[in-house]
Amino acid sequence: MNKKKIIQTLILVPALFLVYAPILILAVYSFTDATQIGMGASFSFDNYIYLFTTEELRSMILGTLALAVGSAILATILGTLGAMGAFYSGKKMRSAYTGINRIPVVNADVVTGFSLCILLVVVFGMSKESFFPLVAGHVTLCAPFVFLSVYPKLGQMDKSLYEAALDLGAPPMTALWKVVIPEILPGILSGFAMAVTLSLDDYFVATYTKPATFDTISTYVVNATRGSQTEVKTALWALSTIIFVVVLIIAFAGNRNKDAEKKIRKGAEVNA
Amino acid sequence: MGARKGFSRKYLGIPYAVFLAIFVILPLFVILYYAFTDGTGHFTIGNLTGFFTDPNTLGTLLYSLLIAFSTTALCLAISYPVAYILAMSNLKRKSVLVMLFVMPMWINFTLRITALKEILTVVEGNLAFHPFMNSIIGMTYDFLPFMILPIYNQISRLDRSLLEAAADLGAGSFDAFARVTLPLSMPGVASGVSMVFLPAMTNYVVLDMLYNSTYIMGSLIGSYFSAYDWHNGSMIALVLLAIIVIVTLATDAGEENDQKGGALI
Repeated sequence: MNKKKIIQTLILVPALFLVYAPILILAVYSFTDATQIGMGASFSFDNYIYLFTTEELRSMILGTLALAVGSAILATILGTLGAMGAFYSGKKMRSAYTGINRIPVVNADVVTGFSLCILLVVVFGMSKESFFPLVAGHVTLCAPFVFLSVYPKLGQMDKSLYEAALDLGAPPMTALWKVVIPEILPGILSGFAMAVTLSLDDYFVATYTKPATFDTISTYVVNATRGSQTEVKTALWALSTIIFVVVLIIAFAGNRNKDAEKKIRKGAEVNA
Repeated sequence: MGARKGFSRKYLGIPYAVFLAIFVILPLFVILYYAFTDGTGHFTIGNLTGFFTDPNTLGTLLYSLLIAFSTTALCLAISYPVAYILAMSNLKRKSVLVMLFVMPMWINFTLRITALKEILTVVEGNLAFHPFMNSIIGMTYDFLPFMILPIYNQISRLDRSLLEAAADLGAGSFDAFARVTLPLSMPGVASGVSMVFLPAMTNYVVLDMLYNSTYIMGSLIGSYFSAYDWHNGSMIALVLLAIIVIVTLATDAGEENDQKGGALI
């Protein structure tokens, strides 16, 4: 090993250690009967059993997932339509779209959630129990990122494809569906994935817009840390471990996919 | 194209335009209205002057800025070397390493802070003794990937031939870094700073979870919200929006300046 490699390792390894030590230590303890980190303990699946058999926890997890997928679908439809509308508009309209689209992206989530709550609940008199403010809030949080992920794909595609489809007699909607959408699909899918993760990670928009009896993972965890129920606390270690493993699997699968794509593209270039 | 059955592709944007008008633009006007009215609906600048004359709210503003500057500085100090090494090295499993640094973004932040809290409790005993330090550690832990990723992307895009040119012209490796890589990586730094600074002023959950009871700007909104005080809450939101505009303009300028610099080279 040369000097450069040693320096690289001396920076990367401690950094990775700092990032993953808490998650991994918690993961180890999630398989024990310990109620505190650092305690001597014996192996146990109790946390996992408690997590999956407690109705409150199960419905909280399923509710969070349903909210994330539902609002991500809405956000993907709106954001994709918006990106197409903006891309095919004149210059002025286009900068209006991209400018306004940027507001929720740079805005603090606290402000987004608070202002939406005032508009929908205080001004319009909507009930939070209807879930409308919560879903609207999450779509507002996510759709701009779908827009940002689809928009550049429209610039990359061959513009004459759509014209060609029309010239060959396809109605505009068919041409869009069969020609444009497949071309920008990678952008739509990565926008959707981003929307799901944003919704899953959100605390602030949910806390200002959610029904009183509904909890997302974030609001539940924050309330649990204020409470003193140790069973809940340690069951959340198990939840954290499960999420970590799921994310790890998805990330590695995605990474493999990308590597494979790169290889195929390289191969194609060589053949060409 | 418009002639064909009156369809134009720009009409596809209408649903999103309506959506943005209702859920993005309208709330801003509502905030503005509430910030400058009192409980009876009369115009007042009392909320504004109240914010800037009350030592408590001003103290909160200063404390948030202190937290935000410290968090941004610590994030940058860790992220830059990491991003630089990841981007410049030709390590075998580079894409896996990059992914490992970015992945925490996808794990719910309240769960990650819970994990951090457990570890800090073991290390420190009682978290209440170091509230400021714990908050900075917590925020850095939370926001680190958002700083690493833009800097990494920016340095990866850097044209390597510029460094060769610098070497050919007699620059040592430190000179080449200070005068080529560092200035050209600034747009990434600017966008990382804009991703970290504002959340650090507002993410009061990190403070709550780590038992720091001092308020930051976000906590003020939370407490006015709990007290049904929409007017003062809106004023805080407005102050935050002003800060957001300033930070965004500043970081945008940082990004553009360097693009010009890059174009000149």
